[in-house]
Amino acid sequence: MGKSKLEGRKVTLHDMSLRDGMHAKREQIPVETMVRIASGLDKAAVPYIQVTHGAGLGGNSIQHGRALASNADYITAVAAVVKQAKISVLLIPGLGTMRELQEAYDCGARSVHVATHCTEADTSPQHIAFARKLGMDTTGFLMMSHLNDAKGLTEQALLMESYGANTVYVTDSAGYMLTEDVTEVVSRIRDALKPETEIGFHGHHNLGLGVANSIAAIAAGASRIDASLAGLGAGAGNAPLEVLAAVCDRMGIETGADTFALMDLAEDVVVPFMDHLVRVDREALTLGYAGVYSTFLLPARRAAERFGVPARDILIELGRKKMIGGQEDMIQDTAMTMARARGLLPGAA
Amino acid sequence: MKKIKCALIGSGNIGTDLLYKLKRSEVLEPVWMVGIDAGSEGLARARDLGLKTTHEGVDGLLPHVLDDDIRIAFDATSAYVHAENSRKLNALGVLMIDLTPAAIGPLCVPPVNLRDIAARGPVMNVNMISCAGQATIPIVAAVGAVQPVDYAEIVASLSSRSVGPGTRANLDEFTFTTSNALEKVGGAKRGKALAIINPADPPLIMRNTIYCEVEGTPDRDAITASVLEMIRQVQVYVPGYRLVNGPDFNGNCVAVFMEVAGLGDYLPTYAGNLDIMTAAAARTAEMFAQGILDGSETLRHLESV
Repeated sequence: MGKSKLEGRKVTLHDMSLRDGMHAKREQIPVETMVRIASGLDKAAVPYIQVTHGAGLGGNSIQHGRALASNADYITAVAAVVKQAKISVLLIPGLGTMRELQEAYDCGARSVHVATHCTEADTSPQHIAFARKLGMDTTGFLMMSHLNDAKGLTEQALLMESYGANTVYVTDSAGYMLTEDVTEVVSRIRDALKPETEIGFHGHHNLGLGVANSIAAIAAGASRIDASLAGLGAGAGNAPLEVLAAVCDRMGIETGADTFALMDLAEDVVVPFMDHLVRVDREALTLGYAGVYSTFLLPARRAAERFGVPARDILIELGRKKMIGGQEDMIQDTAMTMARARGLLPGAA
Repeated sequence: MKKIKCALIGSGNIGTDLLYKLKRSEVLEPVWMVGIDAGSEGLARARDLGLKTTHEGVDGLLPHVLDDDIRIAFDATSAYVHAENSRKLNALGVLMIDLTPAAIGPLCVPPVNLRDIAARGPVMNVNMISCAGQATIPIVAAVGAVQPVDYAEIVASLSSRSVGPGTRANLDEFTFTTSNALEKVGGAKRGKALAIINPADPPLIMRNTIYCEVEGTPDRDAITASVLEMIRQVQVYVPGYRLVNGPDFNGNCVAVFMEVAGLGDYLPTYAGNLDIMTAAAARTAEMFAQGILDGSETLRHLESV
């Protein structure tokens, strides 16, 4: 078998193990483990490594959980060991602020995903402009992309480009998008943006499509892909980095990464320290099936345990109520309301 | 009964909604509406309701302040122009109620500290913080009235359609203003505010979750009673302020899940975030107006600086 029609395409890999992966670890990754994994990724020639609390800058909170260390401490520690990779951070306006971005920059971060819900790009102009002013590699990150159509997403992508983003991502936060959706959306955005603006794709593996959708995005013109070692990330995880690298090798897509080194890192370091096997289990599949924010998985399980309503029921209800990333408080609220309706919780509010 | 005459600066959504509330007031009479666009819908509506209007900004109002006996002005423009508006009107002895995040004057949440502010002596500028601040600080203060709050964190979920371009372009400001007020007015040692803008259609009613980490073991009964009493006090001026779940106790953390439906005066009911701002501003002005009417409150003419 030969290579593929994508032979010779160049793709920039962006590791999510130490940011999206924080969700799968309930934000409890020790600094030493981050340093060890980041160092391995750096040696494996992965060019970008995202390092923050799962919810990004400003994420340490009751709403999103408190990490073992501050973002500043994580970034500083990783910056001290990486040689070639750039450290990136996540910034969701409304949660993180420019003050925290400045701090992250001072600690060594040189790239940022400025993330908004897929219809709210106009909450990001200050942050994107500020990141550019700092000289950072700046991505506009359109979360829950399945909740907008190709035309709408293109308009939002154009807004982010106009604020100064040098890359715009289609972000399948719920792992809901089908491969044909990815192809349509990425092609349309690729046609609309300036040739020098890169397109990225961030997938979740809730329907088992993490790698397939990433490849579809590349075929449609994306040149940056988010992935994580052994898929360590929210829900059923991100596109598994070592698998994506292997598929790219087979197809002749140039990532520059050392696939065997990534396989070793995933198997020897990441899998053994998982709290639960990150896979398409019943609730993770529910996320992808119903279009629910992947990060809701573990808090929904906790609420299920506390209030006696099955996690799948809670997730379906959150999807029906159109709750989006950041509304983690509505998980407990929804569970309590459902528990009361089922006679499991006394009293009316 | 004599009423205190008022001017509204800013003819957008907030100014217009506020106008409807002032029209119902027993102590306030809206007389002027100030805009910057001659073709503005808000100015036309104000004219229809019998107000005098100008599209020349505050400068268009200044020559009429003394003749029309304007004593209170509401600023629903932006933090950037508020300082200048306030300076000009204060110089003429007009009390400013500030609905922008400028926060020049004392921060005010009516059931928490309005009486204190009014009792503290002459004040010429009062700031209404933010919608999230108005919706959550009462609860933090109610918990704090029982035992010290080490940390208060609030999450405001707003319907996309109720969030205007000013807030969108300045989300950091919203975050800082609200976080600061959780400490200064709510009494928490540390405060953190989160905002989420949800585009669901039909639009979702404003939701607020308030988390308070208290010193020691929470006194469940006392905190619950204090929170319920505070909700009743807010309901006096925002009838749609409703407890959905809680107070829930988890370790030393108290969680309260609120919903704010607006009155639907001008803005739709889901925009409880805008309603609670205009209702709080009207209530604050009424308190001062009562004082002016009964002689306990005097407004000073501030020197121009």
